[in-house]
Amino acid sequence: MLPAAVPPLELIVGVVSYWMVIGLAGLLRPLSLYFVSRVLFPLGILGGMVLILAALQGVASQPADLVLPLGLPDLPFHIRLDPLAAVFVGLLGIAAVGISFFSAGYFRRVQGSPPGLLCLQYHLFLAAMTVVLLADDAYLFMVAWETMAITSYFLVTSNHKVPEIRSAGFLYLLIAHVGAIAILLCFGVLQGGQGNYTFAAMRQIELSAFWGSAAFALALFGFGAKAGLLPLHVWLPEAHPAAPSPISALMSGVMLKTAIYGILRVTFDLLQVQLWWWGVLALVLGLLTALFGVMFAAVQTDMKRLLAYSSIENIGVIVAGIGLTIIFHVYQQPHLAALSLVATLYHCLNHACFKSLLFMVTGSVLHSTHQRSLGKLGGLIRNMPWVAMTALIGSLAIAGLPPLNGFVSEWLLLQAFLFSPGIANPYLNMLVPVAAAALVLAAALSAYVMVKFYGVIFLGQYREPSLAEARDEGPWARAGLVWLSAWCVLLGILPATVIRLLDNVTQPLVDFAIGSNLERTGWLLIAPISPERSSYGPLLFLLGITGTVLLTYFLVRRFYHGRERRVAAWDCGFPAQNARMQDTAEGFGQPIKQIFEPFFRIRRQMPGPFDARPTYSATTEDRLWYWLYLPVARLNERLAAWIGILQHGRIYLYLLYSFVTLLGLLMFML
Amino acid sequence: MAEFVESFLSQLAQTVLVVLLAPLMLGWVNQCRAWLQNRSGPGLLQPYRVLHKLFHKDALLAHNASVIFRAAPYIQFGCMVLAASIVPVLGTNLAFSPAADVIALVGVFALARVFSSLAAMDVGTAFGSLGARREMLVASLSEPALLMVFFTPLLIVQSSSLSSIVDALAHRDFAIYPSLAFAAVAFIMVLLAENARIPVDNPATHLELTMIHEALILEYSARHLALIEWATAVKLTVYCAIGIALFAPWGMVEGTNWLMFPAAAGALVIKLALAGTGLAVLETVSAKMRIFRAPEFLGMAFLFAVLGMLIRQLLGA
Repeated sequence: MLPAAVPPLELIVGVVSYWMVIGLAGLLRPLSLYFVSRVLFPLGILGGMVLILAALQGVASQPADLVLPLGLPDLPFHIRLDPLAAVFVGLLGIAAVGISFFSAGYFRRVQGSPPGLLCLQYHLFLAAMTVVLLADDAYLFMVAWETMAITSYFLVTSNHKVPEIRSAGFLYLLIAHVGAIAILLCFGVLQGGQGNYTFAAMRQIELSAFWGSAAFALALFGFGAKAGLLPLHVWLPEAHPAAPSPISALMSGVMLKTAIYGILRVTFDLLQVQLWWWGVLALVLGLLTALFGVMFAAVQTDMKRLLAYSSIENIGVIVAGIGLTIIFHVYQQPHLAALSLVATLYHCLNHACFKSLLFMVTGSVLHSTHQRSLGKLGGLIRNMPWVAMTALIGSLAIAGLPPLNGFVSEWLLLQAFLFSPGIANPYLNMLVPVAAAALVLAAALSAYVMVKFYGVIFLGQYREPSLAEARDEGPWARAGLVWLSAWCVLLGILPATVIRLLDNVTQPLVDFAIGSNLERTGWLLIAPISPERSSYGPLLFLLGITGTVLLTYFLVRRFYHGRERRVAAWDCGFPAQNARMQDTAEGFGQPIKQIFEPFFRIRRQMPGPFDARPTYSATTEDRLWYWLYLPVARLNERLAAWIGILQHGRIYLYLLYSFVTLLGLLMFML
Repeated sequence: MAEFVESFLSQLAQTVLVVLLAPLMLGWVNQCRAWLQNRSGPGLLQPYRVLHKLFHKDALLAHNASVIFRAAPYIQFGCMVLAASIVPVLGTNLAFSPAADVIALVGVFALARVFSSLAAMDVGTAFGSLGARREMLVASLSEPALLMVFFTPLLIVQSSSLSSIVDALAHRDFAIYPSLAFAAVAFIMVLLAENARIPVDNPATHLELTMIHEALILEYSARHLALIEWATAVKLTVYCAIGIALFAPWGMVEGTNWLMFPAAAGALVIKLALAGTGLAVLETVSAKMRIFRAPEFLGMAFLFAVLGMLIRQLLGA
């Protein structure tokens, strides 16, 4: 299928235009659901497949440049494909294939926007994300970045008749633009007064420590707003439940990664010198975000909000990895810098797979039950075996359990943390192991969250009688689910192959490739530092467990028997048990709420002892909303009110203003 | 090739030994407890009799039990066998040890635990989900503490492979590391929590308000229950073996010297018996605590482990 003669960069440009054409084709018959979901979305899958192949080719080859004769006069678009971009293009391709498969089966009813328009926005969104990764000048980057923000805004608000969805979309757009301003300013700093906004020119400039720090801080803020880094995370738990599930999958799985790509691009490619405290800043901020995200995920009762908070957690882990990379890079430990960079990139890939998968799972559940609240689900494993089994893989992977992919990146990152002594800074030497502890706590709590997510949705008894009628997904959606869970498994059991590909990225960015150690251990084991120090062989691991399980199964049947009877559940002998007696989502999260109480803003309404009709309610809210967002919003309103004094809506006043301004200018000139 | 066969055989021997000895270890702990409480006790072989009895019975499954409920016991058992083959007990020449280091070992325990919690939620009874929630809570707090415990020997030896840690710690000049003492205290606390022992949980109770582990397996019967009980016994033995490997590794066979294996096995049995006695004493002198005191207990374990690590890091001791 892939013509070997076409270089990967041209191929990717081809895919971008292909997606744009598909999107526009949606306008041919905007109201035909059949045409969009049976013809256009399946056609879009091909684009994703080609992207994966092009990325595989691009990651191992030299960077390629291209100048497109588009854009403004004298300001053409520059694009470039280097290994870093190729990794993210591959990630986009993997997720896009799965999500397009799923979308082909997902959009079954017209809700809000007409399907043709949805198709246009969806494919433009994909194309814009690809261009963000390819852009080699600030101009094209910002154009693509804004296209991405706006198309995703329209996708989030596709069901725009619901007021909550509109306000969630507004919050998203607002924070996206606050971030975009910071990114724009960051590029302004990076060009160093030369007026040349191509990335090639920025790479030549060595900024002073102050301006370099300013650029880094702006990038962390701007891209952090898109990624959901503390304290700019509030849009995620609002926008994800509002958006259709495939869109949540795409935003969480891929769009957040473009922000990570931006941080990496600015920090390691465009900035020539890094400072150690940037790394500390990113590390601390990332770990705080991770702990914050996982604690809030544990107390959520809406399945998509839960996943949104879990995304915040994973972004935190990734940013912590970036911070660690900066620290090692500054302190001349190329080996460990490469290791933590590989772990970071690996986690990006993993998160794209399992989070997209789980968002799609919530879409399937939503479709067949019309319930988003965890408190009204349960027992779906009996009706939806395909969805339940793929969700199990996704949940185990995100909980960081071996031998799936989430564990590999966690393992690599911990290795980097563990072998850190040797940094020429005693304070950092103390900080790093404690940071490792925070990381482990976040990982352990994420297992808690995933047991809650999976257990409450798929296991137990039906919490509502209507759930007995839930049906499994059709073939298209199944294909999407299976595709992404296959990647979760593949990335989990073949880490050595993936790491060898990622080496092409670490070599130019931090001047080291950890793959040289892999030569000694082969493809079965990974030993990032040396085989004597630590190694991990997921395939052996998997074989060990399955081998023992099968052996036990046959031995038990050989020496004893396999007889079984179906009876009513025992439950310690309680006779009358019903579905309401199972833990609710609140109940499952309650211990976390109790232990980490200071982190939450909890409002409880307790009934008095003599209430005839007792009601109980408890809400858990984000303290930052009250500490940061509402004060800023109030300040904004007050400023607006001040400026509003000028505005009276009378034309003679405005003429007077113009006259006074003119007079003032004249006086200034004279 | 011969080398591989040797390490494979040594691996097989030790895994089989641990898996078969595990119920005996449990029987020993129970017997010691009985003696300490002035009871005569059921005898050392009681766990084997219980397993044999359970394997004979017909398995009872709730009407709505799904495949997860049926698969979980096998997966738990498989995980524990895997854990038993990662931890060196007799010798350090293990074919499987490169496949997993201490971090992966923590991952194996987590995998088993997640499956047991999911299985507990599967039937949808009040106790099942209660047990799952408590189990995951205790685990999510003990797991960081356990990793912190591992960090100290890891910093001393600069390796995260258990075989290398044992090799390095056992075959060097005798030296006392205060940091390891802190780690050992923390490890014992984690061991109590992870193996559902007093003071965090009580393996002998079915009282609704207090049980954690027993609530998880309430719906299981016959061969499924037998596998879970066996896995629990293997887990306890493996935990003791980890403690021995980290804090008292002397007496293990280096390389594959087959003549030394009986001696190593003797040393192992003595060490495990001592560990079991200590466990019984600890359980007898302490009382079960409320579930929400467990975070404090594990927080203390975590602090001890961090203290040990900082002592190593800052003072090099």
